[in-house]
Amino acid sequence: MQGNTYIYIFVMAAVTYLIRVLPLTLIRSEIRNKYIKAFLYYVPYVTLSVMTVPAIFYATNSMYAAMAGFAAALLLAVKGFKLMTVALGACSVVFVLEFFI
Amino acid sequence: MSNSKEFAAGLKDGIPICLGYLAVSFAFGIQAVLSGLTVFEASAISLLNVTSAGQFAGLGVMTAGGTYIEMAAVQLVINLRYALMSAAISQKLDSSVGTGHRMGIAYGMTDEIFGISAARKGRLSPFYSYGAILISVFGWVLGTFLGAYSGQILPDRLISALGVALYGMFVAIVVPVAMEDKKILMAVLAGVILSTLFYYLPVLRDISAGMRIIIVTVIVAGAAAVIFPDIPGEKNE
Repeated sequence: MQGNTYIYIFVMAAVTYLIRVLPLTLIRSEIRNKYIKAFLYYVPYVTLSVMTVPAIFYATNSMYAAMAGFAAALLLAVKGFKLMTVALGACSVVFVLEFFI
Repeated sequence: MSNSKEFAAGLKDGIPICLGYLAVSFAFGIQAVLSGLTVFEASAISLLNVTSAGQFAGLGVMTAGGTYIEMAAVQLVINLRYALMSAAISQKLDSSVGTGHRMGIAYGMTDEIFGISAARKGRLSPFYSYGAILISVFGWVLGTFLGAYSGQILPDRLISALGVALYGMFVAIVVPVAMEDKKILMAVLAGVILSTLFYYLPVLRDISAGMRIIIVTVIVAGAAAVIFPDIPGEKNE
């Protein structure tokens, strides 16, 4: 490491906070434009999906185990299970499968 | 609902996020110590940033000996989605909610807290957010500490399995909404297909992960907004 760790941490935290705080403090009134409203409605779910696929397939030692973990997460979520169950279910499938791969 | 009831509701809804965060931040703590950080530094990063992808990318910049400008640019690109989420949440707040509360909510604007806040019926109370943020950040920092402290003694197999925890959480947030609203489902499928193309196709695959996320999100959400501008919960004014 070349730079100062604490300056790195400060830069990370400052940039991240500014990104979060500016829209919340600057946008005070309701946005009327229905296209902008619709855009903001779709953004979070599209972002999360794009972050997940295909990155999840490379998140473990074995890609096949990761695919099975992803399938397990989808199945559990469709069945209506909550956050923790879905996340730990996916981890468990990967954990067990990697004994065999 | 009173402020304390809102706070309690936030705490309760935050429990699964807290537990999910424990697993993911545990993985971060392990990685941070492997990158040469101390347990204290790793925990400080988690307390001050509360981001998953951004923190992992930050470790990459540090170990590569990147410049501070590079660190700022990486964080900006990877975390820019929070600006969109904050803009979306600004529309769920009553206009009477003051700057102080807005600054407080901003601290904990993560993918998951955004998810439960957006799913809240009607206006969002800052106290709901505080409850959710308090318990979630507790899990995030505790997990980092435990991972950093005990990481080296964990088997590689377990660390590998924890790698999917973050994505499992994302799936759990997106699927219920996509099942309820077919327009979200179509947007999500389009996003996944485009993201995969960007990941593998020549030239496009040279784009960094953070940039890819933003480009694909803007294209897909933009197209969805033009094709399906009518969203649920809108009174036709």
